[in-house]
Amino acid sequence: MNTIPIEYYLLISAFMFSVGVTGVLIRRNAIVVFMCIELMLNSANLALVTFSSFLGDPAGQVFVFFVMTVAAAEAAVGLAIIIAIFRNKLTVNIDEINIFKW
Amino acid sequence: MIELIYLTILLPLLGFVINGFFGKKIGNEKVIGLIGSSTVGISFVISLLALIETINLPVEQRTNVVELFTWMSVGSLNISFSYLVDQLSLVMALIVTGVGFLIHVYSIGYMHGDKGFYRFFAYMNLFIFAMMNLVLGDNFVVLFLGWEGVGLCSYLLIGYYYDQKFEKGTVAQAAKKAFIVNRIGDFGFLLGMFLIFETFNSLNFLEVFSQAKHLTGAETTFGFIALFLFIGATGKSAQIPLFVWLPDAMAGPTPVSALIHAATMVTAGVYMVARASIIFASAPVILAVVAVIGLFTAVFAATIGLVQTDIKKVLAYSTVSQLGYMFLAAGVGAFSAAIFHVMTHAFFKALLFLGAGSVIHSMHHQQDIMHYGGLKKYMPVTFLTFIIAAFAISGFPGLSGFFSKDEILWFSYANGNFVYWLLGALTAVLTAFYMFRLVSLTFFGEERFSHEKYHPHESPKVMTVPLIILAVLSVIGGWIGIPEVFSGEHGNVFHNWLAPIFLDAELKLAYYGAHSHTEELILMAISVSAALLSMYGAFKIYTQRREIAEKFALKFKKAYKVLLNKYYVDELYEAAVIQPIQKSSEKFLWKIADNKLIDGVVNGTAVVITSFSSVIKKMQTGVAQFYALIMMAGIAAILFWIILSL
Repeated sequence: MNTIPIEYYLLISAFMFSVGVTGVLIRRNAIVVFMCIELMLNSANLALVTFSSFLGDPAGQVFVFFVMTVAAAEAAVGLAIIIAIFRNKLTVNIDEINIFKW
Repeated sequence: MIELIYLTILLPLLGFVINGFFGKKIGNEKVIGLIGSSTVGISFVISLLALIETINLPVEQRTNVVELFTWMSVGSLNISFSYLVDQLSLVMALIVTGVGFLIHVYSIGYMHGDKGFYRFFAYMNLFIFAMMNLVLGDNFVVLFLGWEGVGLCSYLLIGYYYDQKFEKGTVAQAAKKAFIVNRIGDFGFLLGMFLIFETFNSLNFLEVFSQAKHLTGAETTFGFIALFLFIGATGKSAQIPLFVWLPDAMAGPTPVSALIHAATMVTAGVYMVARASIIFASAPVILAVVAVIGLFTAVFAATIGLVQTDIKKVLAYSTVSQLGYMFLAAGVGAFSAAIFHVMTHAFFKALLFLGAGSVIHSMHHQQDIMHYGGLKKYMPVTFLTFIIAAFAISGFPGLSGFFSKDEILWFSYANGNFVYWLLGALTAVLTAFYMFRLVSLTFFGEERFSHEKYHPHESPKVMTVPLIILAVLSVIGGWIGIPEVFSGEHGNVFHNWLAPIFLDAELKLAYYGAHSHTEELILMAISVSAALLSMYGAFKIYTQRREIAEKFALKFKKAYKVLLNKYYVDELYEAAVIQPIQKSSEKFLWKIADNKLIDGVVNGTAVVITSFSSVIKKMQTGVAQFYALIMMAGIAAILFWIILSL
């Protein structure tokens, strides 16, 4: 069977990660930034699954489960924080959330 | 009872805890006084039983160590809380608890109605606790614990009337002076201890002394150890040059002066020198220094005592002078004579102070003997006991002071030289003179006080009974140390009792003076008759012919003024030590070192950091994405570096 070479998986993982990073760095909407973080997590998951499959080691897949658990928890907490901020400042634009400075 | 000796230390501590923490709640003077005195009284009984038990032991088993627990153990330093029960420490323990008990009982009457009654008894018990640690400790560290403890109690009790004025300053200043001067001595003592540990690798008395006995040729080391220890002793026992605190210590209540500044604490230095006799004996040069300092202090203080008019001041200088005697004895290698004088002095000087307290008590705290006179008929018991003590301290034949003083004078001649004896005898003459000046001006002659203002009266029984007991002791206390010349073949009982303790030191000093008893008797006759003459002279002058004294003072106006101002020693120290320290502290340490140097360094550091952070704080924009960008850039840089280095 002709398998897709590993480079393809890794490239798409790297691409997804870069999109995530860029999104985190340049987008202003907190929800979108949040989604970009999820994207980064998932790109890492993809890389983990890839290696797990190619090396025949199930540890990588177990790892992914942990990442997904953490991501779920993080999504719950993160969304709660965003809602709390919105209630206080009536905005989710992170440029305006800058009270931690000199 | 020997193994229960720790109770003599714990009981006063218990008394301190009860009176100190609950005294205010108890409130009842009788209960507080009972607790305070009975703890010391029981300690005395235990010490007495331990003494009897020790007497019944054969001589070579009379040194017992009661170990309680290990205090600290660091490397080769092993300090345990243990108590040494031997001939010397038992004598001291009996003096401390016995005289201490009488003074505690007396204080119940003397301090009656004082607002700090419970505080007084708490401090007194704490003092006994510390003093017992000092005399019973079996190593230098426990001794030092007691040494510092008695210093603290002395400070607390001198400053007991902390809100009152005293002479030119305040009571609090007098207390502070005592504490600071003592600290100077303690510094020497600490250095001595360090040097002992360095040399012998132990601080335990028995170990150190048995090593010192065999160590030969280390005279310089011994010299330094002895010198440092002696500096400590000069501070605690008020010798030249550190005696200045003792006269000021009279700011405390009179029972305190009797207990701490006459009978017990100030003799701690003598005890320590006697305890470390083998070390001092190994350093003959320092031993001579001890003798000379003691001799000079004795003469020096006695001359000041001649002209003072405050009843307690006279007694204070007398104490300094008598302590000088004890060091003279130690300095000529007559350690048991020194301890003997510690004991008899504790009796008669405590009695003198308590008698003075009784007079002061009935004269509404008037202390100037020029405002006394003719008190004999108002307070017969005080008068009688006081005059017995005066006879004892002046060396009237048969009384306790005679035996101890004479033994010291004899040894200062036999082991020392004629000059020692001459100056010692001179001090005895001066002592007899100022004591009878004091007695005459206080109890005889015309009444120089107004009857409207003062109503002299005899003190209550609780005060006079201790006086009577001490008077009896002042008479018979010396009979256990009757010298060989009178007692014949038995020799000196007290000397024989202590002999095993000082045997090594005496062997090392090797004084084998071939002096005959005739010589001793002649010298004794000279000094005693001179003292008797001086007593009679003082009595005659100050009861009938006061104008002679006044004429004398006028004729030698300058000398009189110097004596009245105590040789200006306080002023000298003020100008030579205190002022330079204060001035340099203000001009240099405060205004330059502290304000400019230290503050400059501290503030300068802060300024540098502020200016640096005012630049880099601009990095902190508060925009989370900016932080994330920097983080990413950092991660990228690290990744590049890792990849490139592969």
